[in-house]
Amino acid sequence: MINKLLVANRGEIACRVMKTAKHLGVKTVAVYSDADVNARHVAMADEAIHLGPSPSKDSYLRSDLIIEHAKALGVDAIHPGYGFLSENAEFANLCKSNDIIFVGPPASAIEAMGSKSAAKRIMEEAGVPLVPGYHGDDQQESTLKQAADDMGYPVLLKAAAGGGGKGMRQVWNEGEFTQALNAAKRESMASFGDDHMLVEKYLTRPRHVEIQVFCDSHDNGVFLFERDCSVQRRHQKIIEEAPAPNMTQSIRESMGEAAILAAKAINYEGAGTVEFLLDEDGSFYFMEMNTRLQVEHPVTEMITGEDLVQWQLSVAEGNALPKTQQELTLNGHAFEARIYAEDPANNFLPSTGVLHLLQPPEESSLIRVDTGVVQGDEVSVYYDPMIAKLVVWGESRDIALKRLLHALGDYHIAGVTTNIDFLKRVASNSAFKAAELTTTFVEKHNDALFAEAKRDIQAKLPVMAILAVLRRRFEKGLAADRASYSPWFTAGAWRANASHEEQLTLLVGEEEFTVTVCHVFNADASAAWEITTANSTVKVSGAINDHQLNVEVAGIKSKYTFAVSDGDFGLYNQDTYINFTVVAPSEGDDDENSGNTNFDAPMNGTIVAHLVKCGEKVKKGEPILVMEAMKMEHSIVAPSDGVVDSFYFEPGELVDGGAALLEFTSADAQGA
Amino acid sequence: MPVLRSSVNTKSETFAANREHMQAQVDDLHEKIMKIAQGGGEKAAERHISRGKLLPRDRINALLDKDTPFLEIGQLAAWEVYDDYVPCAGVVAGIGMVAGTECMIVANDATVKGGTYYPLTVKKHLRAQTIAEQNNLPCIYLVDSGGANLPRQDEVFPDREHFGRIFFNQANMSAKNIPQIAVVMGSCTAGGAYVPAMADESIIVKEQATIFLGGPPLVKAATGEVVSAEELGGGDVHTRISGVADQLANNDHHALSLARNAVSRLNREKPKLLDVKEPKPPKFDPKEIYGIVPKDSRQTFDVREIIARIIDDSDFDEFKPLYGTTLVCGFARLFGNPVGIVANNGILFGESAMKGAHFVELCAQRKIPLIFLQNITGFMVGKQYEHGGIAKHGAKMVTAVACANVPKLTVLIGGSFGAGNYGMCGRAYDPRFMFMWPNARISVMGGEQAAGVLAQVKRDQKERAGESWSEEEEKQFKQPVVDKYEEQGHPYFASARLWDDGVIDPADTRLVLGLSLSAALNKPIEETQFGIFRM
Repeated sequence: MINKLLVANRGEIACRVMKTAKHLGVKTVAVYSDADVNARHVAMADEAIHLGPSPSKDSYLRSDLIIEHAKALGVDAIHPGYGFLSENAEFANLCKSNDIIFVGPPASAIEAMGSKSAAKRIMEEAGVPLVPGYHGDDQQESTLKQAADDMGYPVLLKAAAGGGGKGMRQVWNEGEFTQALNAAKRESMASFGDDHMLVEKYLTRPRHVEIQVFCDSHDNGVFLFERDCSVQRRHQKIIEEAPAPNMTQSIRESMGEAAILAAKAINYEGAGTVEFLLDEDGSFYFMEMNTRLQVEHPVTEMITGEDLVQWQLSVAEGNALPKTQQELTLNGHAFEARIYAEDPANNFLPSTGVLHLLQPPEESSLIRVDTGVVQGDEVSVYYDPMIAKLVVWGESRDIALKRLLHALGDYHIAGVTTNIDFLKRVASNSAFKAAELTTTFVEKHNDALFAEAKRDIQAKLPVMAILAVLRRRFEKGLAADRASYSPWFTAGAWRANASHEEQLTLLVGEEEFTVTVCHVFNADASAAWEITTANSTVKVSGAINDHQLNVEVAGIKSKYTFAVSDGDFGLYNQDTYINFTVVAPSEGDDDENSGNTNFDAPMNGTIVAHLVKCGEKVKKGEPILVMEAMKMEHSIVAPSDGVVDSFYFEPGELVDGGAALLEFTSADAQGA
Repeated sequence: MPVLRSSVNTKSETFAANREHMQAQVDDLHEKIMKIAQGGGEKAAERHISRGKLLPRDRINALLDKDTPFLEIGQLAAWEVYDDYVPCAGVVAGIGMVAGTECMIVANDATVKGGTYYPLTVKKHLRAQTIAEQNNLPCIYLVDSGGANLPRQDEVFPDREHFGRIFFNQANMSAKNIPQIAVVMGSCTAGGAYVPAMADESIIVKEQATIFLGGPPLVKAATGEVVSAEELGGGDVHTRISGVADQLANNDHHALSLARNAVSRLNREKPKLLDVKEPKPPKFDPKEIYGIVPKDSRQTFDVREIIARIIDDSDFDEFKPLYGTTLVCGFARLFGNPVGIVANNGILFGESAMKGAHFVELCAQRKIPLIFLQNITGFMVGKQYEHGGIAKHGAKMVTAVACANVPKLTVLIGGSFGAGNYGMCGRAYDPRFMFMWPNARISVMGGEQAAGVLAQVKRDQKERAGESWSEEEEKQFKQPVVDKYEEQGHPYFASARLWDDGVIDPADTRLVLGLSLSAALNKPIEETQFGIFRM
């Protein structure tokens, strides 16, 4: 019996697991790092254990500490969530040897699937179809390249120990191979401590369809249908759905049977996912098996009505599966959109910061938000930048999709750049609506998905301008104390016998828009404005309250949510997702050394490598430094031909976002 | 509380006709001000901007706290006074908030005759300094001027109230810790060079502004030395070599932002002088004033209807309401501040003058600011009134008003004639601010009366000489007098000569008075010592 459950994880999954545990009357224990002292999962648990400093290796990966505390607190079982220790066979063993139930498969099953190359051999033997590829132990570059050359480009390099897109690179031609291999190896080593690589044929229009399987210790196995996770960026899923669109019952059944076959081949127990590539002709290939609860499990829960964590706990207690295959039903359609702190316009670069506005859509039986953060929390550099999972259900795919779009429109986040607007554009893309899904969906529709970003800005300029003005007035009001009775504070920009006009320059992305704001006064002395844009002049009035903007533009009232921090504005409603700043007039340059280019760290992170030596000549565009942040590598490239004078940080050092990384002299400046 | 009731029928034809009449006058005013605000015209503005400079009003806007008012003074200065077109007398001046502090700002307009000082430019600059000194307001000079207007040196240089007085004022205000900040944004030549030199702190824009006693042409003429303006007195010279300026700014915006910093460091806090309550708007729409003021200036109206549209909550506690009823006196609040209001409601009699004197004494004793609403044809004349001592009663009121040491604000809402102007705190009685409505008229007496008096004198002369004078001849004699009085009594004529601080939209009266009062309250209110009241 499980009476007390330790969740060896953080964020939304820790909260999600604890929710079911509480529902079942199981006591909960959380673990946390320095960065998570005030995290939601800690607040939710009955007890919480501080593990150590923020980096995962010093906290969430400290299996020894977790076991020690678990024993001290009388914990019956440990749920590892996903990531961290969830697919660590050693940890599963450690639990077992300490008489603690590991909520997951046996260590042997983890081990079997842990190495992708070994997994593929097992599957091959069990008769599960595989994508052509090289899964050998000979890791010499020449061998790997030969394998790639033989199967023909494009190929995919994958970390054998990997998952989640880390240590993975597409190689489109022979020339790219070496550089891609080195990068993938470096990333793999950093993420998994191992740089074993697989080479696989890269299918150009495949769908990523995965089967949720569940096995118990009584030799029962079922599959809870499939999920389509084709829409990805950087090989990480962003929108998942269940069931897979256009799936025939016969393919579903054969994939399900293949998945159960795969699970049984390794004596699997608990929740697992077998990932397949589904080709256009209906043939499918085993990719990998994830021996854990998946991030996207909620879509399966939505269409089956089952609680997978409840199943996990039940199976872990040694019970038989709650339902047989025949008892499982597939009802309706569900989507999951992953809300990430990242910048789609900047190659999905992760972003960090404080969530000073976090307004999710209202939850219901149709809309579910799994999150581990609350307003005011920080998205730090240490962990995955996922903020939440938005899950919706509908009677049909169309209904669910419409609901997804609306819920995304109600999701307002400020403080970090998020992918919400990008998700909206994906979800409203006609190809997506028509379920023309492939894993290359984002690349394929790149132009449409990104071109639309500028769409409505012109029409929203009056609202943006009024927000800037109202907010300015609000801040002025805060600054004033009793003197605020004076009309000098309250009368606005009144001018004797004239009206005050000002130009506001609004910066949206890289583009500047200039609007003229004319301060006018109504008969009752309340303030109003006339705002002139390139298109029109409209009368605007409005009021702000907390994060709400009520505005009347040319007689039409509308509502927005807004956020503001350090002069960065966010303006949101169903049809609007605009981030902008008000450009202050130039006060000129104090410094004549304007030839210098900015080499500031784009975000908090770790220096990985200096690619050139100080004093060495570099060509324009040549990478000179690599840093790792948010588990991704970023290169700093030479802005022009020149010389690096010095590096301010050594490899391995942590740097703060905005810190100057190096000093560089361009060839022009040297000549001069 | 005694809230005023209004008996104005806003649906009546008279109201509509009055409103239309006033609207036309306000529209005309706004139109003129809009033209004046363009400064020296499009070409000059373009040339100015092409040099990377901001126009004076844009400089002021950038200097001010965002979303705060600017109480401009002397907008009509020099309007139709000179043969040259000198809008705003070439200098924009007014009170605005900078870093939360009410300041007097004086900005030369280089697009108007190079920003040179005409006689009225000097007068306006001095008026701005007077306001600053009387109300304890820091001064910010945005300098961009070629100095004195040489062809008119006799009218701008030698006398007491001429160019030199600017620097006298700077020194003496500085002595009283009324900060003097100069931002040099263009030329600043000859005598003008003393503006930054005499300032407590000065800022200069690099490669744009210059300060020198004699410019390159004069230097060449005097000594033969050939030197560029920048080498002679540019920003670099004055911030690195001469020390005439303190801070070097990159451009106008930077200079203004440095000036804002300077003000934020002044360590000034506004004194709390009055028992302030939360402000409430009037119960009646101020815009209705348009329909209340009669189209025909000879018709009377109840001034309480105006008061009800100016003061907080239209709440007016009238003093001696049953006595001397042609002068309405009472206590009210304006933007929460207690004020005493003195307003004409007909011709002044002995009783009304004594009541006025009494009320002014009360306010001076209690340190309550006074607001005068002038609509006065004068004191009553005639044997009965002279015998009753109207002159000494009038004198009591004039004494009280002259000596009262509280902030006094005056608005001319109708006529301002004769000794009525004195008793009601005309310009000579040093109100802190004085404004006119577009319908107001100011002269020693009404045009008709003056013409009548002159005609009577003439008729007497003719009769003594045994000559005849026909009705027609008399009419012809009177018309030019009436015309002249009408022209010279007009608010534009008065404002052009800085007899007041500006012509305002009647609907803005509450706000203008509120801003003025707030500015006036930067200076602690002193005790009043009255002179001898003739009994």
